[in-house]
Amino acid sequence: MANTFKAIATVTVGSGGASSIDFTSIPSTYTDLVIKLSGRTTNANLQDYLAMQFNGSGGTAYSHSDLTGNGSSAQSTIQTGLDRYYFTYVLNGATSTSNTFSNVDVYIPNYASSNYKSISSDGVPENNTTGITYTTLSAGLWSSTAAITSINFVASGSFVQYSTATLYGIKNS
Amino acid sequence: MSDTLTKIVVDCSTGAVEEVALTAEEIAQREVDLQAQAARKHEEEVAAAEAAVAKAALLAKLGITEDEAKLLLA
Repeated sequence: MANTFKAIATVTVGSGGASSIDFTSIPSTYTDLVIKLSGRTTNANLQDYLAMQFNGSGGTAYSHSDLTGNGSSAQSTIQTGLDRYYFTYVLNGATSTSNTFSNVDVYIPNYASSNYKSISSDGVPENNTTGITYTTLSAGLWSSTAAITSINFVASGSFVQYSTATLYGIKNS
Repeated sequence: MSDTLTKIVVDCSTGAVEEVALTAEEIAQREVDLQAQAARKHEEEVAAAEAAVAKAALLAKLGITEDEAKLLLA
């Protein structure tokens, strides 16, 4: 891994679970941010969505387009005017193979600038059975000039034990 | 799993990790968010189903299968 990655903070969900994960007081000393999340929730489906919000700011400032595939079909969607950046089908739900967790990568360049913030992400839940699972590529925008100082992650279910999220800062990228 | 809804808060300036219970306001907002996302998902599924029906109708009108349509477009 490039030595420009610096792990700012890591969270591992404990036995009680957690309905959200919040990174606060994010320093402005990096150029970009990366989040790597491995998650599973209590949602009673194969997959669950993940939603990300900056600075506790909702409103209608988030938009994104998704390309989602399940091995037999692909779907492209655009959503605008959202209160959060939604990642479609990127977390394992409760009916997916036991003890498997999803992988989600998020890249946020120029997070501390006074321009609108672009976001790119990819994610895939794991499922070692014949049930359908998905992989999703997304690109989006947070239409705010505020520097990102906190990030909140939620899903429709609660994150289960051993779900993890790591926030990295990138310099000289 | 605990019955109490909690959030994990990491202070990146200190590294301190705190697990705190959601406030009543946060729980209410969570319900609103869940319903809104479910509605958006439903709209997407309806649109996808309508597209699938339209596609099947077109194939039937043309008298060809989906594989044959793919061959034509290849």
